Amino acid sequence: MQHLEHPLDVNKILRKKKSIKKYLLLQDDLIEKNIAILGGSTTSELKNILEIFLLKNGIKPKFYESEYNKYYEDALFGSDELDKFNPDIIYIHTTNQNIIKYPESKDTSEDVAMLLSNEMQRYKSIWNSLSKFDCAIIQNNFDYAKDRSLGSLDCYDIHGKTYFINKLNDEFSLNARKIKNLYINDINYLSSYIGLRYWFDPSLWYQAKYAISMESIPELAFNIGKIISSIFGKSKKCLVLDLDNTCWGGVIGDDGLDRIHIGTETAISESYTAFQKYVKELKNRGVTLAVCSKNDFENAKEGFSHPESILKFDDFTSFKANWNPKNHNILDIAKSINIGVDSLVFIDDNPVERDIVLSQVPSVSVPDVGSDVVEFIAHIDRNGYFEPISIADDDINRSQYYEDNKKRAKKQATFKSYDEFLVSLDMTAEIKSFSSVYLDRITQLTNKTNQFNLTTKRYTTGEIDTITLSDEYIKVYGKLTDKYGSNGLIAVSIGRIENRACHIDLWLMSCRVLKRDMEFAMLDELVSKCKDQDVSEIIGYYYKSSKNSMVSDLYEKFGFNLLERNDEDSVWKLDITNYEIKNKFIGVKND
Amino acid sequence: MTRKELFDGVQDIFRDIFDEDDMVIEDKTSSDDIEDWDSLNHINLVSAIEKEFEIRFALGELMALKDVGAMIDLMIEKLK
Repeated sequence: MQHLEHPLDVNKILRKKKSIKKYLLLQDDLIEKNIAILGGSTTSELKNILEIFLLKNGIKPKFYESEYNKYYEDALFGSDELDKFNPDIIYIHTTNQNIIKYPESKDTSEDVAMLLSNEMQRYKSIWNSLSKFDCAIIQNNFDYAKDRSLGSLDCYDIHGKTYFINKLNDEFSLNARKIKNLYINDINYLSSYIGLRYWFDPSLWYQAKYAISMESIPELAFNIGKIISSIFGKSKKCLVLDLDNTCWGGVIGDDGLDRIHIGTETAISESYTAFQKYVKELKNRGVTLAVCSKNDFENAKEGFSHPESILKFDDFTSFKANWNPKNHNILDIAKSINIGVDSLVFIDDNPVERDIVLSQVPSVSVPDVGSDVVEFIAHIDRNGYFEPISIADDDINRSQYYEDNKKRAKKQATFKSYDEFLVSLDMTAEIKSFSSVYLDRITQLTNKTNQFNLTTKRYTTGEIDTITLSDEYIKVYGKLTDKYGSNGLIAVSIGRIENRACHIDLWLMSCRVLKRDMEFAMLDELVSKCKDQDVSEIIGYYYKSSKNSMVSDLYEKFGFNLLERNDEDSVWKLDITNYEIKNKFIGVKND
Repeated sequence: MTRKELFDGVQDIFRDIFDEDDMVIEDKTSSDDIEDWDSLNHINLVSAIEKEFEIRFALGELMALKDVGAMIDLMIEKLK
C-alpha cells in the first residue's frame, strides 16, 4: 500500500478507491469507530477516501454524513440520527467558503472586531453544543482565499481577507488549547503545502460544491487520518536508524571518524546535519531512538563522538551495531525497549535492507526513503508516524521510561534472585477507582493495548465516563512508580456486578511493566472492592486474539478454576471468600 | 490517438471508478444505464478523464454531456 504513504499517488487513490478499500477490508484486527462528518461543503468523496486511510491504519469507520452544508444545524439543533449514531469522532469540514462576512473597506476596526467575534461565536457554539457527545472534535482551521483584492496589503490591512483569516485561525488555536477534545486539522498549512492554486478548483466548487480540488482530497483525508490514528493511540514510538549514509555521509568503518560527512563544511555534511537535527527534535518531544546498523559496534559508537554530530551515543535507547541480519536486530530492539514491533519506524538508505525488514517483519513501518538524505525528513514528517495530539507529559517522559528501563534491566543482572530485584525496585502503586482526570488515558489504553489484554474490548471516552459514574461496575486503574521513576497509568480492570458475581469485562496492562507483579496488586484491589460490595465470586474471560496469547493462562496463574473452554476462548471462576493477598512487592495506595 | 484508443482509455476509467473489471460501455451508455453513475460519481469520472488525458472541460460543457459518445466526441475536439 505504498501509494497511501508519502508521496501519495493521488490519481491512483482517486481512481482505484473501491478496489483499494476491498483489499484493506481483508485485514484482521480492525477496530470499529463511528465518525461523524459535519460538512460546510460537499464531503462525499472525502468520506470515501478517508475510509481508505483509516482502514490502512487499522480503523474500520462507520460514517454519519450531515446533509450538504448542514454542519451548523446538525451541531446546534441536533438530529436524532446523529444522537443514535453516538460518534467517537466528529469532523467539522469547514473552509473559507463558510466565512459568512468579510470586512468591507468602509468598516472601522470596531466593525472588524465585531465581524470576527460573530464568526467565532458560531464555532464556539458548535463546539459547545457538540461537547455533549464527549468525543473528539476535529475542526478545520481556514485556508486562505485564493483571491485577495488588496494584494500583499491583504495580510496586514484590517480590511484584508488574509488578515481576517489569520485572526480567525489564531482564535481557533487559542480555543483548541483550552477546550478538551478539540483538535485542529491545519488546512492552512496543508493548502500551502499543496499550493493554493492547486488546492481550490473554482469549477468544481460551482459544479458540485466541493470546497477543495479533487486532487487535494487524498491529502486532506491523509491528514485527518493521521489525527484520528493519533487520537486512538496508534502513533509510532520508536525511530530506528541505519548509520552509514543515513546518519552521516560515508562509511565509518572504511573512512574513519575524520572523513565521514557531518557538520557544516560541505553541502553533503549539512544535509546529514539537518537530518540529525530533525531526529533530535523528535527525541526531545518523546520519540525513542534506536540504531540498527551493520557495523562494528565500537566503530559505530565512535561515529557519534564526532564533534559536529548533533546526535550522541546516549540519545539512543537501543543500539544494535553488529553483523546480524537487520530483521533480527529490529526484533531485538523492540524486545529490549519492550514495545510492539508495530511501534517502530525504520529508516535506511539501502533498499535491500529495507526489503529484508519489510518482508520479514511487515508490521514495522519502512518508508521508501530512497538513498538521498535530503528526502528522509519528508518521509518521516509527511507520514505523520509520530504525530502527537498533544504534548502530554507522558509522551515527553516516555523516552525517559525506556531509558529508566535500561537501568532496571542492568540492575536485574546483578541480583541473586528475581524476587530480590523486585524488592530493590521500591515499587509503589496507586490503585483506585476511575476518576475523570484519567478518562482519556484509560480510553487510550483500551484502544491500543493488544498483548496483555484478556478480552481486547475497546471503549469510547463516553463509555468509560458512564462506567466511572455507575455503581454496577468495579473499575480500577493502576499507576506504578519505582525508584527509577514513574511508569504512569499502566493497568485497567473493569468488572460488571451481577447477582453477587463480578464479571471481568476488561483486564489489561501495558507491557511496559511486565513481570513486576503489578497484575497481582490489581487483583488484590479488585477482590477487596468486590468484598466491599458483597460480591462472592469473580468470573474471568479470556478471548483469544492474534496478539494476546501471553495472557491465555493468566486466570490460571491467579488461581481461578476453569469453567468452560470454547476453542481457544475460556471462562474462569474464583471464589473470593478465602482469598489470600498475592502481591508481595508493591506498596499500594488505594481509595 | 484514435477514437478507439480514447474509448478504451475511458472504459478503463469507468472500470476503476465503478470497480467492475469487465464493465463494457458503448457510445450510447448514459447515467441511466449504470446505477452508481450519480452526479457525484460523474464528477469523479470527469476528474479522472481530465487527469488521464490532460484536458480540461469548461463549466458549461459538462452539463450538456448526455452519454459516453458525446463525451468522447468532445474529448476529440479538445485533443485536436
